[in-house]
This record gives sequence, structure tokens and C-alpha cells, in this order.
Amino acid sequence: MSSIIIVILITLGTLFVLLAAIGMVRMPDTYLRISVTTKAATLGVGLLLVSSAIFFNDLSTTSRALVIILFVLLTAPVSAHLIGRASYFMGVKLWYKSVMDDLHGKYQKKTHVLKSEIDDTPGDNVMHDKTENGNEDEDELK
Amino acid sequence: MTLNDYISFVILPVLGFSILLIFYRFFKGPSIADKIIALDLLITTGIGIIAVYSIVHGRSTFMDTAMILALIAFLSTVAFSYYIEKRNRKK
Repeated sequence: MSSIIIVILITLGTLFVLLAAIGMVRMPDTYLRISVTTKAATLGVGLLLVSSAIFFNDLSTTSRALVIILFVLLTAPVSAHLIGRASYFMGVKLWYKSVMDDLHGKYQKKTHVLKSEIDDTPGDNVMHDKTENGNEDEDELK
Repeated sequence: MTLNDYISFVILPVLGFSILLIFYRFFKGPSIADKIIALDLLITTGIGIIAVYSIVHGRSTFMDTAMILALIAFLSTVAFSYYIEKRNRKK
């Protein structure tokens, strides 16, 4: 009985990890890839760890698996936010089909302060233009 | 088909194929942020592979390694993003 549950959980986890890898290749933009990393891979790895906890069925392995799941759940959003902020300052452009950019002109280049409205010092604001064409992979090498 | 056969011949090759796909993005990635994200996802997938491998071999000691890898993934991503941001601020 427990082996059926293990097979279901492990198949679902592997599918989510595979979907995260495919999204890592196919997504057109750095920010979309960050969203893939922080959602699908976290769910997939959590399912795999839960299945190993069910397989061993003792206290020490279950507690270790739960600690790893808790740690991944806590740290994945933090690291995604940090790398997204750094790549926004670095000048990584948005996809050309992106609808809106809420941070447009609100970060300051020198002080890295986030203001709640567009500041009137246009030389100091971080502004991104979208990439012009569909050639999304070759144009932002910095 | 036992559980060990299913894991060894279906699950582990699929996970290895996803590792290959992430490696493609890790080598190609247009900006350095893509490479850092791919490294993070590589280590996260490695945690899942370690969990599956401990089921195949029946040794729960491998989970300690997975815990250390989770710690290292978080620390490396934080350090990389901190230094990238600092480099751009000085310029």
C-alpha cells in the first residue's frame, strides 16, 4: 500500500522537476525563469522528499525530510527576490511581450532606493526598455 | 516491476535528463543572472536526486548531504546577488 503512494508521489515530483527544467530552457526572459525556479522546482523537490520520508517510515528520516522541505520553502522566495533585484539593477531587459513594468523609473541608480513614484531626476532612475524584436537570446549579453 | 526497478529505470533517467536541460541553460544563459538561477536549480534538483537515490539504496544517511546542499544553494545565491549588485553600484 505504501509503495503505491510512494510511486504516485515520486512520479508527480519528477514531473514537476522535469517541467521546471523545460521551463528553464523555454522561458524567454530572466524574470520568468526566476518564477520557474522558485515554484515548480520547490514543489517537485518537496514531493520527492515526502516520498522518501514515507519509504523509510522512521522518526529521524522524516524529521530530516521535513527540515529540508521547510528550509527550501523558506529560502527559495528570498533568493528569488535577491537575484531578481540584482538582475534588475544589472540591466536585464524584459521580454518584448511583457505587459507592464511596475518598477519602471522607481529605483535610483546610485543609492538603490525604491521610491513609490517616478522621481524627477531622469538621469538617476533605473529605466528599462523592452527588447525590440523576438530575438530574445542574443541581445542582452553584458 | 518492483519499486526499485521503477525508480532506477524511469525516475532517475528523467531526473538526469532534466539536469542536462538545466546544464544547457547554465552554459548558454545570456546574462550572468541566468547562470546563477540555473546553478540554484541544479542544486535543488540534486537534492531531489539524493532523496530518490536514498530510496534505491535504502540508506537514509544521504539526507544529511541533501540538507547541506540546500544550505549551500541559498548561501551561494545570496552571495552572488550581493556582489553583482555591489559591482553595479560602484560603476
